[in-house]
Amino acid sequence: MAVDTPSQSVVKAAGDSVARGRSRGTGKRRSVRKRSLATHWYAWAMIAPVTIVIAVIIGYPLVRGIYLSLTDANERNVARSIGVNEIPATYEFVGLDNYADALTGGQFLSTLGWTLLWTVSCVSVTFALGLTLANVLNRKIAGRSFYRLLLILPWAVPGFVSVFAWRFLYNQDNGLLNKILAGGGIDAVPWLNDPTWAKFSVILVNVWLGVPFMMVALLGGLQSIPGELYEAAEMDGANAWQRFRHITMPGLSSVSTTVVLLSTIWTFNMFPVIFLLTRGGPGEATQILVTQAYKFSFEVSPRDFAQSSTWGVLILVLLMLFAAVYRRVLRKQGEVW
Amino acid sequence: MRRGIAATALVAALGVTLAACGSDSGSDGGSKSSGELSGTVTWWDTSTVGSEDKVFKKVAEDFKKKHPKVTVKYVNVPFGEAQNKFKNAAQSGSGAPDVIRSEVAWTPEFADLGYLAPLDGTAALKNQDDFLEQAAASTKYNGKTYAVPQVIDSMGIFYNKKIFKEAGVEVPKTIDELKTVSAKIKQKTGNPGLYLRGDDAYWFLSFLYGEGGDLVDAEKKQITVDNPAGVKGFKVVKDLVDSGAAKTDATDGWNNMQTAFKEGKVAMMINGPWAVADTYAGKEFADKANLGIAPVPAGSAGQGAPQGGHNLAVYAGSKNLDASYAFAEYMTSVETQATVAKELSLLPTRESVYIKPDVATNEMIGFFKPVVDKAVERPWIPETGSLFAPLVTEYTKVLTGQTTPDAGAKATGDAYRKLLKDWK
Repeated sequence: MAVDTPSQSVVKAAGDSVARGRSRGTGKRRSVRKRSLATHWYAWAMIAPVTIVIAVIIGYPLVRGIYLSLTDANERNVARSIGVNEIPATYEFVGLDNYADALTGGQFLSTLGWTLLWTVSCVSVTFALGLTLANVLNRKIAGRSFYRLLLILPWAVPGFVSVFAWRFLYNQDNGLLNKILAGGGIDAVPWLNDPTWAKFSVILVNVWLGVPFMMVALLGGLQSIPGELYEAAEMDGANAWQRFRHITMPGLSSVSTTVVLLSTIWTFNMFPVIFLLTRGGPGEATQILVTQAYKFSFEVSPRDFAQSSTWGVLILVLLMLFAAVYRRVLRKQGEVW
Repeated sequence: MRRGIAATALVAALGVTLAACGSDSGSDGGSKSSGELSGTVTWWDTSTVGSEDKVFKKVAEDFKKKHPKVTVKYVNVPFGEAQNKFKNAAQSGSGAPDVIRSEVAWTPEFADLGYLAPLDGTAALKNQDDFLEQAAASTKYNGKTYAVPQVIDSMGIFYNKKIFKEAGVEVPKTIDELKTVSAKIKQKTGNPGLYLRGDDAYWFLSFLYGEGGDLVDAEKKQITVDNPAGVKGFKVVKDLVDSGAAKTDATDGWNNMQTAFKEGKVAMMINGPWAVADTYAGKEFADKANLGIAPVPAGSAGQGAPQGGHNLAVYAGSKNLDASYAFAEYMTSVETQATVAKELSLLPTRESVYIKPDVATNEMIGFFKPVVDKAVERPWIPETGSLFAPLVTEYTKVLTGQTTPDAGAKATGDAYRKLLKDWK
């Protein structure tokens, strides 16, 4: 439940403040607003830093990104001031052209296809593994805390460090994995050099990185299921599978819906794994939407800020749609979330 | 009123915090008050780490001996990241160096974007007639000079003489010979003959030129990468990899290539003078005489290697322009170039350096100078720096079998047409 609770409370708090803000906005007389400012100035002052910081670091880039996606801005036509050279902006508003190009061209759709495959396979494998490990570690086995510690390790290591470590392991000529395989008489596997293997390799690394989070969250969920339920079920003659199916799974549902949602959003935008392992290569085989958007904005030249922002906005829209649909489906199934 | 004061104080405090975040300058100011240079010059070098960087760092910091009040801050930025890092820093106006080692193809692009200070009439250019014409060409853009040539280079075949002797083969002069030589080496040693970098399209150029192709024809404003010769270039490299004559990688190409060659796991690689110092550090080349060098193999239409090199450019937003000009001049002076040539076998850009005794007897420089003279010059247009991103994607796709040479060449051509509007 550790993961569940804070996210809920945040959502609630945000909802509250919006509702309150609105009611105040529609207030009948100015004096009301004036009085509220006079009585609550301290509260306003307290939330001001947070509001300003959020507006500056989230609001401004978001609005700016949406604006750029409606222009033809690139490196050559944005405003620059370098020492003595003052160069004014000359980009133009082009309406929805960028969106039309992205959605009708093949590149966006093919990248989206692989991004979906990547997300679905990463999340499902991570969830399945995390659930299995959580169940194993929930039992009383010798050295349980040692195993738990060990399995959390990938989480404790900074992401880029482990990705680099994997990159060394994957190296076709000098990597440890191929050396081990060679010891068994197996030919070197082109982990990152063959398009299909590269796809497999990046998924494997992401699963490795994602399992600890799943496991810890689900373990927390498992421990919150009262033991009496299992005892009662056992008395009634339920076998292990039935107990899992009818007690564990419903008991875990609120945790698992949350972690699946979070994990989906994270994996969909999992920049470091792809970027540091393959840079989207070989060719464009492992390029997901965010790494491609990065490429537009930082790797190609002239840097295409407009197209990059367009892809960024599309990613945001896709994820918001996903979250909305997901919530709807859950609500239909009677979930509280 | 107490409330009012508190609120004002809060706002003031916020303002101060924001202002503190905003002010961030790359280099501290410093100018000549009495004609003497002072302050800090930050230099971004892109030379190979572990071999070249030590020499360049020492040479750069020796600038202090001439100008005691100037501190040189040496920063090595990996070559593959430098172009983007500099653009980021230069555009945002914070964190950019005063002087950057700019690859020849980047220079017109940086100049076009307004990031570089024009150098005509400054202390940075001295004795301009001494520069090789080819080297100076890439520093000019729209009638102004934006950089000083530091080194010039081209490519050749590096080969391991010991392995060649064991296999009883001669250095291949053509692609066909390359294939038979590779096959013999593989038969004798079990290792592939040639390492061909698959993650950087610069290593593809000599094969493209060999078939009579080129990326673009700047004079006729034509895109030529997808013409029949260009397609043939793609076919040649694909065939080298498929037939086992060459080994390739789609990631970590530089490290894998150097490691394999230095440990004697491949007999040949195509490379340039920038790799010499690093190669000599390998165990196979403890005896420097074991490293052989020869011109790149000729294709069906002849032989050609790209002309490359590096310039030193001064950032237009530098707070210490005068010292930066002097530093650029110092790093490209006859004495400095002679030191660098002697220690690293890098090719000088000044005629007068080649006749210095240490330089004239250097085997690598002696080999590369005629290669550079004949090397294929690229068009020095702002877009030259942009041509590689689309090419490398398609090149890797062709080598890993994700697309055919025809489709790869066509996709590259299409990308160029988007980049170069109005070109055919």
